[in-house]
Amino acid sequence: MTNSPSTAPLLDVRNLSVQFTTRGGTVTVLDDISFTLERGERISFVGESGCGKSMTALALMGLLPAMGRVSGGQVLFKGEDLTTASPARLRRLRGNEISMIFQEPMTSLNPVFTIGQQISEVLRLHRGVDNAEARDRSVELLQAVRIPDAAARVDDYPHQLSGGQRQRVMIAIALACEPEILIADEPTTALDVTVQAEIFALLRDLGAKLDTAIILITHDMGAVAQMSERMLVMYAGRRVEEGQVANVIKAPAHPYTRGLIACVPHITSDVGALVDTLPEIDGIVPPITRFGRDECLFAPRCAKAADECWSAKPQQSDIAGHSSHSVSCWHPFGTEGSR
Amino acid sequence: MKPAADSAPRRGAEIVDKAQHPLREMVVMFLANRAAMVASIVLSIVVLAAIFGPMLHPVDPFEMVWAPFTPPGQDGFVLGTDYLGRDMLAALLNGGRVSLTIGLVAALMSVFIGISFGALAGFYRGLVEEVLMRITEFFQVLPTLLFSMVIVALFGASLEVVTIAIGVVSWTAVARITRAEFLRIRELEYVTASRAAGASNVTLMTRVILPNALPPIIVQAALMVGSAILFEAGLAFLGLSDPNVVSWGQIIGSNRPYILDAGFTVTIPGLAIFVTVLSISLIGDGLNDALNPKLRAR
Repeated sequence: MTNSPSTAPLLDVRNLSVQFTTRGGTVTVLDDISFTLERGERISFVGESGCGKSMTALALMGLLPAMGRVSGGQVLFKGEDLTTASPARLRRLRGNEISMIFQEPMTSLNPVFTIGQQISEVLRLHRGVDNAEARDRSVELLQAVRIPDAAARVDDYPHQLSGGQRQRVMIAIALACEPEILIADEPTTALDVTVQAEIFALLRDLGAKLDTAIILITHDMGAVAQMSERMLVMYAGRRVEEGQVANVIKAPAHPYTRGLIACVPHITSDVGALVDTLPEIDGIVPPITRFGRDECLFAPRCAKAADECWSAKPQQSDIAGHSSHSVSCWHPFGTEGSR
Repeated sequence: MKPAADSAPRRGAEIVDKAQHPLREMVVMFLANRAAMVASIVLSIVVLAAIFGPMLHPVDPFEMVWAPFTPPGQDGFVLGTDYLGRDMLAALLNGGRVSLTIGLVAALMSVFIGISFGALAGFYRGLVEEVLMRITEFFQVLPTLLFSMVIVALFGASLEVVTIAIGVVSWTAVARITRAEFLRIRELEYVTASRAAGASNVTLMTRVILPNALPPIIVQAALMVGSAILFEAGLAFLGLSDPNVVSWGQIIGSNRPYILDAGFTVTIPGLAIFVTVLSISLIGDGLNDALNPKLRAR
């Protein structure tokens, strides 16, 4: 708050670490995550399941599960550290300045209330509007998320809507209070491909209109390219690579990023042509108990793994020639490697 | 239903319009259940008789009006007279009021206590759950009849005390059901989504989780009205009821010594209890079917 908004980033996450206390002991789920987000900027978190993408989002919102806690670092939202903010303060921020939409639109809406009631609820909570006004705003919001015949559908129950429409309603709820940040946790995973593109277009348009920064959590490289300016690749609770989407996709420096990109099938112009076997990254994400060790956690799956990979955690380094492109790897691919 | 929807066809309307408000679907399901429907009609008659009967048949149930043990139908007494020559019809109608009121109020009370305990335990987990569920178990293992007899014996046999005594001993089932539902629902995505939209714990409990947890609680509450009526009859039979008001159980209790000479004096209130509790049980059963999404045809 004390920082002037023009110089300080909207969101400044510094060395965020999260630990889970389990029966087997304490495990580090997020290990030293740092990134910044500017007003209206769109960033993607990419990685396999279980890499800590969603956990990062939940940590930002103060919604970590009961066994989790922030063990280090800061989450500075407009200069205010959210990791030490009071529960009441966090409640005022959630849904108001920082919103989130979830993976499963089918189950993210309360089945016993109409969609209008559910949009109104968040407006009443944060804006204190009366019922009539909340209803009018709900219809406007449903129109904004391109639900056809919004005035009639405002009284529908969630089970009367299709998956894509429900996700639109979720977006309407999330954007009802014109938040500064919208976290979209795999918003299209449960939807048809045709609907996916529409949802992304909608998020882009509304985000630009409201100047809302969007954090997209995904494992879909296509979505990243469609949605974001910047991307942050996560592996086993760590940030392995970060940079402009164009740069990272053109010249991935970390073997993991490279593997992820290679996994995306390319549509060949020659339909009949025999496509080479689609590459995959061998192995799986290490068990959570190995997270946080002083070694490169990707080493078991990496072709370039050498002694130092097994003995020490790689430090983050900038890649020459590309501003804001950084990687944490002992043996990153150079720019020459990608040509 | 909505004119705007008819004039402008919307995408997928033909599939979607079949789906109705969950409550409407439930009502349709309930109406289709014949036993529950008959029970509803019977119970309505009982309730109406209890409400309006004493006005239509304004006889004081405590007044001795005729010779004792007049059989039903004789000398203009539809249901006869009891051992003191009091009008049985008046006793039955007035007793219905008391029995139904006690049943309803005691059930509401135990639903209120049960939901409070179950909701807090299921929502907060941890120490809160531990303490509340131990208390619940404590009440569960107490012999209920004995415990309520102690309460009545300690605080006097007034209508209020009897009602409270019944409510206090029968809330544990509601608490356990509520807790189980809360445990299940609190993990669902829409609860997380509401939390992410800034809902407080109180809002989550009362406006998000509770409405979704209600169906089994409603069923249990309906059944509890029946068991509370039975419970009251049991207490009254043992003489532990307000001597200044007449209830079904009390009629049975006071005529008990003459069961062999004038069986009708116990049979008639007994039948009233039987019919009422059976109707309530059948309605509860119908509600259970109607509210259970697994049995509902989708």
